[in-house]
Amino acid sequence: MNLFDFGPHTPFILGSYASGAVLLAALTGWLMWDGRRLAAQLAALEARRSSSSSS
Amino acid sequence: MQTQSITQKLANPTWFMGFSGRVLPWLSAAAVLTIGYALWTGFNTPPDYQQGQSVKIMFLHVPAAWLAMMAYGLVAVSSFGLLVFRHPLADVSAKSAAPIGAMFTLLALVTGSLWGKPTWGTYWQWDARMTSVLILFFLYLGLIALRSSLEDETLASKLTAVLALVGVVILPVIKYSVEWWNTLHQPAGVLKGGVDKVFLEPLLISAIGFTVLFFALHMKAMRNEILRRRVKARQLKEVEQAARHERDAARIGARAS
Repeated sequence: MNLFDFGPHTPFILGSYASGAVLLAALTGWLMWDGRRLAAQLAALEARRSSSSSS
Repeated sequence: MQTQSITQKLANPTWFMGFSGRVLPWLSAAAVLTIGYALWTGFNTPPDYQQGQSVKIMFLHVPAAWLAMMAYGLVAVSSFGLLVFRHPLADVSAKSAAPIGAMFTLLALVTGSLWGKPTWGTYWQWDARMTSVLILFFLYLGLIALRSSLEDETLASKLTAVLALVGVVILPVIKYSVEWWNTLHQPAGVLKGGVDKVFLEPLLISAIGFTVLFFALHMKAMRNEILRRRVKARQLKEVEQAARHERDAARIGARAS
């Protein structure tokens, strides 16, 4: 028997879990991207500060 | 003494960055494993005698609905911590929890709607439970919009905190809506023996897994917010330094002429 065959309720069940996966993936992806972007920005600012203070 | 030192540690963003950096990978792994196990056992449960296979939506819908409310509770407690105790991380926590809470509320609405069609024969009904959860979603959007519409961060955080505390009234309305009004939504029964053991076990494991996931996402969002504030502070310092150099140069130029 197919694990993902729930008879007439299949589209509702799979739709629910698919929407959950999409929303969670979008939020996680945004948090990861934002974190990397901010860390790179901070590193660039610190590099600029240390180069200006050494010159 | 011990309590005081923990409070002091929690108030220190640098300590929080170090602590969360160590804990976050473990928390994320624990969330993925727990949710994976809960959904696997949940998908292998037999059909419910009344709802049939659609009962499987419960393992996602119920934790999402619980977390939608818990996240708002966290926003409210953090807002209280900001307004009363001026805790340095309280505003970071409140700001970070709002979009995650909004996402779980949206998920509860979507999965509830998809569960409602095969169970009640409709995707949506303006009954007290569904309407109050929709208001919670708009409340989250209001908090996010209010904060981003004000440039002055201190003012934005205070006004958002006040709105969050006023909006906390929605939590008992959601909780007791099924008792106060005649609703299409069934009354709360998970912890009152209303759910059979065969469904209860995967449901509780799923709730634990999604709660761990919520805290992992919240911790990551808090880390991002601390980084954002550090970037802003450095940029401000650079602008101030450039302005000082310009003033000094102008003064030297004026003296020379």
